[in-house]
Amino acid sequence: MAVNEQQSTRKPPISQIGAVLWLRTNLFSSWTNTVLTVFSLYLLYLLLPPLLDWMVFSANFNFGTINIFGLDIKFSETMADNKNCGREAACWPYIYEKMYMYIYGFYPREESWRPNIVFGLTALLFIVIRLVRNYKYKNKVILSMIVIYPIVSFILIAGGFGLLPIVETHQWGGLLLTLIIASVGIIISFPIGVLLALGRQSNLTIIRLFSTAFIEFIRAVPLITILFMASFVLPLFLESGNNFDKLLRALIGIALFQAAYFAEVVRGGLQAIPRGQYEAADAIGLSYLQKNALIILPQALKISIPNIVGSSISLFKDTTLVLIIGLMDMLAMVNMTSNDPYWLGRETEGFVFVTMVMWVFLYSMSRYSKKLEIRFNTENTN
Amino acid sequence: MEKESNMENNIIEISELNKWYGDFHALKNINLNVKEGEIIVVCGPSGSGKSTLIRCINFLEKFQEGGILVDGIELTDDAQKIRNIRSEVSMVFQHFNLFPHLSIVDNLTLAPIWVHNETKDESREKALKLLDRVGIKDQAEKYPNQLSGGQQQRVAIARSLCTTPKIMLFDEPTSALDPEMISEVLDVMIELANEGITMVCVTHEMGFAKKVANRIIFMDDGQIVEENTPEEFFKNPESDRLKLFLNQILTH
Repeated sequence: MAVNEQQSTRKPPISQIGAVLWLRTNLFSSWTNTVLTVFSLYLLYLLLPPLLDWMVFSANFNFGTINIFGLDIKFSETMADNKNCGREAACWPYIYEKMYMYIYGFYPREESWRPNIVFGLTALLFIVIRLVRNYKYKNKVILSMIVIYPIVSFILIAGGFGLLPIVETHQWGGLLLTLIIASVGIIISFPIGVLLALGRQSNLTIIRLFSTAFIEFIRAVPLITILFMASFVLPLFLESGNNFDKLLRALIGIALFQAAYFAEVVRGGLQAIPRGQYEAADAIGLSYLQKNALIILPQALKISIPNIVGSSISLFKDTTLVLIIGLMDMLAMVNMTSNDPYWLGRETEGFVFVTMVMWVFLYSMSRYSKKLEIRFNTENTN
Repeated sequence: MEKESNMENNIIEISELNKWYGDFHALKNINLNVKEGEIIVVCGPSGSGKSTLIRCINFLEKFQEGGILVDGIELTDDAQKIRNIRSEVSMVFQHFNLFPHLSIVDNLTLAPIWVHNETKDESREKALKLLDRVGIKDQAEKYPNQLSGGQQQRVAIARSLCTTPKIMLFDEPTSALDPEMISEVLDVMIELANEGITMVCVTHEMGFAKKVANRIIFMDDGQIVEENTPEEFFKNPESDRLKLFLNQILTH
């Protein structure tokens, strides 16, 4: 039988869309699901009110008068001290007082505008990369920024070159140091990791063996050991000995460590590329370098984005380990300031604050990776 | 015509070719000459070594014994020589092997820009002309996975034409396609055949073979069993294996 009349399209029935349906299918679809929902609600009821009460409702916000961007905002007559701050809930004035240490460590106060400019430049970098997305010369713009940004940042933070007073690396600390270690570690280790991954698949036996041995050795050793090695063993092999900058030593250790992990992540991506892609690249006459740079790596890295970001997030968290070789990152600063005799017994506030800051950075990274995944997804666009 | 005079020169000379995969003897003493402008169809049961043979011609497969001369260049391990040969020999694959992260037009211009040092603009112009020729100019800015199988294979053909090759190798170009898309790809191939480009096609499309092939080669068990003009090949098959094969492939 032939159908002569085209059926008109219509919307789904009203009972199959909307919030009620969402609740029914996601939270109350079966008995087990309903029990789980109720149990979770009960847990939230137990945990959330006391937490909010501690952090917000009963907490002390007597900061005194704060100047934010030239605006005087008055919270209270005077700033609270340890005695009149209350013990039952959070004492946020403590965090406010130690904020400088948390962010800059022992960086000289009169020079703090320099890291601030770097923070600003970093934000600007992300904004510009977003804005030039459809600009004709975007590759040139982004490339020049990638070259200029680290140089400018380094000169600003470290000083020297006859331009700015030198700030020694042992004065760097807090969030500033955490971000420096994490970003430098990730940026330096990424290209090394990609080369190692390619090396591990190379036809040249020596390169393959070296890459494999390096990756497997590093991955079989905890980061703490590598940091100790970098900090105490590395100077033994160097002429400059202990004068060799401690931060630099830690960065080398972290970069090598992370490179091994990136290498394995990228190898996973490389193995997911069908053989036909290699053959097609060969067949049109591309060289080894062109084949990897133009065909294989763009696809392999795209597949690896979630794992690359996951590995970066791990590294960001692992930076807190530099505490043990005497670098004062954010967590170390929290630890140290809690020994202040004027503010005894306020560790909790410090750790809650560090947790929140870490969460903001790491959650942003994870969101950003999700965005990149969607943007680079040309595979399944229909 | 010029085509006739060119027919004198052998553009591919394969002599005493032997290839093993581990212990498996995949190609046994292959001797084959292809003249310039000739259309060769290679057929045979699966596992007979026909794909392996044409993949040896652009060195996607290494061989252990014998020699191949392509346009006077001897195939050796030398990477530069291999690249030179590959810029004269294009290949169309069974599974298209388009680059999914590049748009259609970028798929086409990749080799001209990076291997043949052409400018972006001139290669793009050429690419659009070729896409027009295979009938999908309007899809130029799309990505491969947005196209149907037949369209993808036509893009792949356009891509391999983009470097103006002297020889085209087709490795079962229609085997992965839905039946209704086979003819659109064959039409493009027939058009190419009529233009005088040298073609070596591994295919089971016997209609195509009858129409355009100068010679049909039947392979089985790693050997060339029979080679003949299309008329003789179908009318008077000599070996029993070819008779059996033709029976299986033509009667259903």
